[in-house]
Amino acid sequence: MTGPSQADRAGQAPAATYEPAAPALQVGHVDVTYRVRGQDRLALRDVSFEIGRNESYGLVGESGSGKSTMALALTRYLPRNGRVSAGSISVGGRDPLAMNRSALRDFRARTVSMVYQEPGKALNPSIRVGRQLGEVYEIAGSDKTEAEARSVAMLRKVQIADPGRVMDAYPHQLSGGMAQRVVIAMALAASPSLLILDEPTTALDATVEAEVLDLVAGLRDEVDTSVLFISHNLAVIAKMCDRVGVLYAGELIEEGPASQVFDEPRHPYTVGLLRCIPRQGQRKDHGRLDAIPGFLPQPGDDRAGCVFAPRCPIVVEQCRESPPPAFDVGPDRTSRCYRHEETADMPRSTPSDITLPAQAFEAEPVVTMRDLSKTFTSRAGRVGALAHVNLDIRTGETLGLVGESGSGKTTLARVLLGLTTPDEGSKVSLKGQPLGPDLAHRGREQLKSLQIVFQNPDSALNRRHTVRRLISRPLAKLAGLSGTALQDRLMSLVASVRMEERHLSLRPSQLSGGLKQRVAIARAFGGNPRIVVCDEPTSALDVSVQAAILNLLADLQAKERVTYLFISHDLGVVRYLSDRIAVLYLGRIMETGPAERVFAGPHHPYTEALLSAVPSLDGQRLDRIKLTGEIPSAADPPSGCVFHTRCPRRLSSGICESTEPPLAEVEPGHLMSCHIPLDELRLMQNIGASDDNRAPGP
Amino acid sequence: MTDAVATAPAEIVPVLPTRRELPIWRLLLRRPSFVIGAAILLFWIVCAIFGNAIAPHDPLAQDLLRLNKPPSAAHWFGTDPLGRDVLSRVIVGSRTILIVTPLATLLGTVLGTALGLAMGYFGGLLDALVSRLVEAVLALPAVIIIFMFVVALGSSVRTLIIVIGFIFTPLVARTVRSSVQVERQLDYLSSARLLGERPARIMFVEILPNVIPTVVVEFTVRLGYAIFAVATLAFLGFGVQLSTPSWGSDINASYGLLGAGYWWETLFPALAIASLVIAINLVADSTQQVVAG
Repeated sequence: MTGPSQADRAGQAPAATYEPAAPALQVGHVDVTYRVRGQDRLALRDVSFEIGRNESYGLVGESGSGKSTMALALTRYLPRNGRVSAGSISVGGRDPLAMNRSALRDFRARTVSMVYQEPGKALNPSIRVGRQLGEVYEIAGSDKTEAEARSVAMLRKVQIADPGRVMDAYPHQLSGGMAQRVVIAMALAASPSLLILDEPTTALDATVEAEVLDLVAGLRDEVDTSVLFISHNLAVIAKMCDRVGVLYAGELIEEGPASQVFDEPRHPYTVGLLRCIPRQGQRKDHGRLDAIPGFLPQPGDDRAGCVFAPRCPIVVEQCRESPPPAFDVGPDRTSRCYRHEETADMPRSTPSDITLPAQAFEAEPVVTMRDLSKTFTSRAGRVGALAHVNLDIRTGETLGLVGESGSGKTTLARVLLGLTTPDEGSKVSLKGQPLGPDLAHRGREQLKSLQIVFQNPDSALNRRHTVRRLISRPLAKLAGLSGTALQDRLMSLVASVRMEERHLSLRPSQLSGGLKQRVAIARAFGGNPRIVVCDEPTSALDVSVQAAILNLLADLQAKERVTYLFISHDLGVVRYLSDRIAVLYLGRIMETGPAERVFAGPHHPYTEALLSAVPSLDGQRLDRIKLTGEIPSAADPPSGCVFHTRCPRRLSSGICESTEPPLAEVEPGHLMSCHIPLDELRLMQNIGASDDNRAPGP
Repeated sequence: MTDAVATAPAEIVPVLPTRRELPIWRLLLRRPSFVIGAAILLFWIVCAIFGNAIAPHDPLAQDLLRLNKPPSAAHWFGTDPLGRDVLSRVIVGSRTILIVTPLATLLGTVLGTALGLAMGYFGGLLDALVSRLVEAVLALPAVIIIFMFVVALGSSVRTLIIVIGFIFTPLVARTVRSSVQVERQLDYLSSARLLGERPARIMFVEILPNVIPTVVVEFTVRLGYAIFAVATLAFLGFGVQLSTPSWGSDINASYGLLGAGYWWETLFPALAIASLVIAINLVADSTQQVVAG
């Protein structure tokens, strides 16, 4: 169970939990300047906030908003070309900006600790964990034996079951979640008065993220530490923090108690961010997402008035003339917006209308996969990435593929595309015709039919080619166009991904992340494909850009009638776009069925665990089930049901350990691989027979 | 990149400032080490082309009345055992080396890049075989191998170019190969394969532009080695036997006289070799730094 302080964030007045008299951190009117090619560029402007003792403060913002710069400024770790050019910082009454070398070292050792995004990079790969952790205590004055004892105790505190084994391990022998626990243990070892967590769970899987977040929340009650929690993920901040500050382009545009800011935002940017996220089961046929138009300004750009004015739907003349001051908009709340009274009924930036074909998809499958297996052989042994997968993709639908990393999602997509050759005996067919095992065995028609939008457009687009060349090539190669026909199609394709002619002569490095992904999408659609694989197409993008890309994908599907295989770890995004869902675990399909059925339940216990691991902005569910441990190695999958080692609903009869359950149809179109009968799952998961409203836990 | 900026006014297109905003040559000109290296290099190129016009004396003219004269106003670098002007010989002596080494390095770089692209892209048996070959070449000093070929084939400009070029080929290939392997991890290659592109097109149109920075650096580094190799061969007496002077053979002819105190006859050709190698290393280092960002 989660601790009381975050389980019910709305119910507890945050003002009562800290003493404003002794703030752990005071930031007053801070400017941070980076000197880039002889020019000063302001990365943070006039940022002021306070963190009370034992308070948890969230800084949220998109990439480039200055979140990490703030953290670096607090610890004086700014790169050589950066400096705090105005304002004051006080951590527990001490000013890091005024410290000399030895005071600064002492300050970093005792007063403030930091946890970074990549646990693997925060640990020294060539020193055992025990030594790295013990060092922190030795610097604080313990002798070797005492340091070791305290290290073991600290590892217990971060819920590591076998501290002895972890102490003797090298960092690479630990999983990501375990390594992050060790980093947190190291950060807390010196009992800092301020703990800075910079995107601590962004690199982790949802189920592991949930564990680490629970751990941090639980530790806050135990240790006397204030927390600065930095994240781009609004739901994580909502779950973890008492108060929140929203950063936009280096300015703190809104601040206040987390529950109030997220429930009644008073700045158009916060409103926009919250509207970008598909919530409460929103689906593409309910209408478009409300994306924020335009782009984040670059640091150093000229800004006369409000920094958000160019993208704001309720902008007035005043906003462009002078920057708004921080208005008090309630107890302990500020907003830098002249029109903060009018944010509640702010008009949409994107029209909601969406034209979906009446019959979205046909029952006839366009792709059938039968007995699809893929075993990777290496010196270390054989790893079964996919095991006897049977899956249909129907014409015109979006099939959402979900699962943790290592579940085989990407392998399945690559086998379908022909980039990876499946094992002998696997049968994949496209429109009834068998598909060649790899690209060399596929004709032009089959090549044309299958395309992909990769996760990271920086990797997927040749950085030396211009946009024109990138988009023209599939038109020439797959569609067989040339001359004016090619030019016409190029322009219509560019227009349909909402780009303009002036973008054509640019190279990818000159485009923002969202524009790059649009180029990648245009490339994928160039040959008029039947099926487009979308492999985490929005996970490298910011929330506001993600919404626009999801809208674009939905529009293109309606217009071009393509079929999507949509891979994502973000269940909200999958739910928004998908008609059907397939849940993958260790290369096996655990559950597949219509999206509404899979999300409403009864679900497979694994699906249930995935769903309950995701932090949500719509209030935390109380009936969370937790997965213990991490995904087992595919080289040595567990016997029986592969999920039994982590399954919270494992049957006591022992059948789960001994027999692999078949993927059976439990409802029309809804298949599940579980020994527990559907009705029992329904009872366990507290699901009413008719609706999907969830009652509180038993 | 310049044409992009010209056609698209910055205020409407969200052009992001990037590390590569400036063309590489502009970034290079900001580095003093590059400017110094390039200036020295340019000086020697001018000497190689217009040497006979610049040289104060005829580098071949012997003056039996002025043997082994120390530097003076008439002969700034002194004269050699045959009474020839050392300064003129140093100036004109740059020609051979500046013809042989760039051509040889170019040959090695072109062949090596093609081989490296194929090794990195196809991997497998080709990669394994050529990698062993590279190790074999690395086991012996390049100069020794070149020496053996030159002894066997006789020394001419063409032989030197071809032999040095072939020796450099596997070395360049190895560096290019590792760059290609980095590129191979990127999705744009999968993307090209999904369009049904042929391997040759993927290698030369998709990958090559992205490994060109590596190739440029490799070329400059190899050029330094080539100068060293050619000068060494000349010193050993297996240089190009032309009527024009060469630094290496001049050192060879005069180093025996060092004991007699005729230091200028050895020092100035040696300084010429050193300055050329240093200049190229300065250019190579600064290019590498700019390319690596």
